Amino acid sequence: MPGNTGTYLIRGASILGGAPADLLIRDGVIAETGTGLSADGATVIDAAALVALPGMVDVHTHLREPGREDAETVETGTRAAALGGYTAVHAMANSTPVADTAGVVEQVYSLGRAAGWVDVRPVGAVTVGLAGEQLAELGAMADSRARVRMFSDDGICVHDPVLMRRALEYVKAFDGVVAQHAQEPRLTAGAQMNEGEVSAVLGLTGWPAVAEESIIARDVLLAQHVGSRLHVCHVSTAGSVEIIRWAKQRGINVTAEVTPHHLLLTDDLVRSYDPVFKVNPPLRTDADVQALRAGLADGTIDVVGTDHAPHPSEHKECEWAQAAMGMTGLETALSVVQHTMIETGMMTWADFARVTSTAAARIGRLEDQGRPLEAGEPANVILVDPAARWTVDPYRMATMGRNSPFKGRELPGKVVATFFKGHPTVLDGGLNTPFPYAAAPAGAA
Amino acid sequence: MKHLLSTQDLSRTNAIRILDTAEEMAAVGDREVKKLPALRGRTVVNLFFEDSTRTRISFEAAAKRLSADVINFAAKGSSVSKGESLKDTAQTLSAMGADAVVIRHWASGAPHRLAATDWIDAAVINAGDGTHEHPTQALLDAFTMRRHWAKLAGTESEGADLKGMRVAIAGDVLHSRVARSNVWLLQTLGADVTLVAPPTLLPIGVEKWPCEVSYNLDETLAQGVDAVMMLRVQGERMNASYFPSTREYSRRWGFDDNRLKALDRFGLKDTIIMHPGPMNRGLEISAAAADSPRSTVLAQVRNGVSVRMAALYLLLSGDTREAAAAPVLASAGAAHSTKESN
Repeated sequence: MPGNTGTYLIRGASILGGAPADLLIRDGVIAETGTGLSADGATVIDAAALVALPGMVDVHTHLREPGREDAETVETGTRAAALGGYTAVHAMANSTPVADTAGVVEQVYSLGRAAGWVDVRPVGAVTVGLAGEQLAELGAMADSRARVRMFSDDGICVHDPVLMRRALEYVKAFDGVVAQHAQEPRLTAGAQMNEGEVSAVLGLTGWPAVAEESIIARDVLLAQHVGSRLHVCHVSTAGSVEIIRWAKQRGINVTAEVTPHHLLLTDDLVRSYDPVFKVNPPLRTDADVQALRAGLADGTIDVVGTDHAPHPSEHKECEWAQAAMGMTGLETALSVVQHTMIETGMMTWADFARVTSTAAARIGRLEDQGRPLEAGEPANVILVDPAARWTVDPYRMATMGRNSPFKGRELPGKVVATFFKGHPTVLDGGLNTPFPYAAAPAGAA
Repeated sequence: MKHLLSTQDLSRTNAIRILDTAEEMAAVGDREVKKLPALRGRTVVNLFFEDSTRTRISFEAAAKRLSADVINFAAKGSSVSKGESLKDTAQTLSAMGADAVVIRHWASGAPHRLAATDWIDAAVINAGDGTHEHPTQALLDAFTMRRHWAKLAGTESEGADLKGMRVAIAGDVLHSRVARSNVWLLQTLGADVTLVAPPTLLPIGVEKWPCEVSYNLDETLAQGVDAVMMLRVQGERMNASYFPSTREYSRRWGFDDNRLKALDRFGLKDTIIMHPGPMNRGLEISAAAADSPRSTVLAQVRNGVSVRMAALYLLLSGDTREAAAAPVLASAGAAHSTKESN
């Protein structure tokens, strides 16, 4: 049922980078598409130089609330998301308390609605307290108001093979997916960075590629054995891409994600010992970067997930070994993907829509997201200026995290407008207003 | 040269300048009054986040011989153990007017952080960081080797390098900041380095280093070597499956009495045996080897003070041009000593 969110006529936008067309957005849906559209009382947006895309869907966001409101809140994180072109984010479960009960996921869901900038879809923990010992009440979270479909102990690998098997089996009951943080714990005890040429010189404990690849290999075989759905978080190595390609060729129901930073940055940056480059999984080599780009282009990797991980500055202004792992990403993802995938000729804007929206919505089972830009569809739409160039300044971002590894880089592409359920959360490249849940009929939610 | 953080980015010119300056500093140690006024009124802070009495007193002696004021700041028993950050500690030292910070830290890269941030403006000397580097140790090792190598060649040490010298570094390379700093510096100075270690104690990626790698100490010795440097085996490695037992380690990779005799058998009469200390006698080095005339262990300790004096002097004199060193050092006495050639 449509809500009364106003009428917007977008004129002459390049639809998914293709032919220009008008989009008439009215009461939460795309009412009409075509050329030469008109509508009385509509706010007209000249989009002649802009690309229209479905609102982006992040499968991997850390909003830090509840528990670490000094790092990020649902409000600030979703403002960042809207500015970055997102209309939905999956909030990871490693909050304090952990999102391992219906109560916590409903709290996060409610905070998301109260903020109103994007759909906040909580991810439920696979195990109680992320402890890897006993299954959390997955069913209760699935049946809650938050309708959780993605479950992950992200940050910690579900390394016990029996527990992983049971989780994969159990979520079949409600069409869930287990999103695995693939990291063999024994092979990565104390790990600080990618294990290889650079770690050898820097004297930092290595995080070997095999620690990721061995878990992915095990998990795709488990998913095949029990006939379940597996999602692999933040794939970072060339070997992982090969294993997932092999699994897909065998018909195994696996999806995979890559972060923007793994598409661009390498472990050479760690030579600075600047913890802004400390992340888990770690930055890898150029050969890995190239394999990840190829995997994303050919569909082996399904989606881009930001792994947006804001940290307070004191967790980064310290020794490398003391620093927290993680990077912000919501406000730079579009630009980095444009830079690494579109401007290299490896992908089109239609491919971009697939990896940042359509496929991501399908993995998370978000029915109103990642839809075609056609009449009758929910109006989750963004307008992007692909010719824009900007220099990343973490102090000018909406996220509270200042830990952007892209600081000082010039990147292409800027989100000009974000329509969330037909309402402009972002206009003229700046925040507008949140979606007016209170004013809209209940059905619009 | 504002800081001394690693030997990897140390040019040949600067390395030789430090070693030559250390020769002049060594002469001070031979005088009755072992003191120069060079750094009077300057403050050197020894900032130690990890216990190392040897390295700290070596730096302390070096700074005091140059008349600097020395403050020892040990992380244990200080605000650091109460959770104060490196940033706050650095800013505190900066506010107190430290001119140089000699930092020992368990975390690789901590000295680089001090040097790269605006937390403190002082000169930073890396006195050993995690498993990364220990540049003054490598410099004192090179100083010791250079005296030996020059004496064999019948030349002066000053201005010389280590071209053609065959150096074997044996032991736990993976966790050794001494090995890393030595590999880079010895390569810069023209020596031929072979690392000898069990495969478990070599880092992935070692094949890209400018040296040879061997798993067999006997073969390396048989091929001829001019210096053998034994690395300390840390106690915590012994229970982490890096090697089956200390006895097996000692048999295969330790410098034991048989290998000491083998040097004679191979006709390697001038080969020296080095160890950065502290030694595990009977594990990586036998008592006979440690106490033999070939051993340079005590010379290394002595040379450490000279090398650290040189590093402090060159960094704090604010000028690394050769001309600048001459007038001050003239008072140190012109004659340099070559007596520590073993």
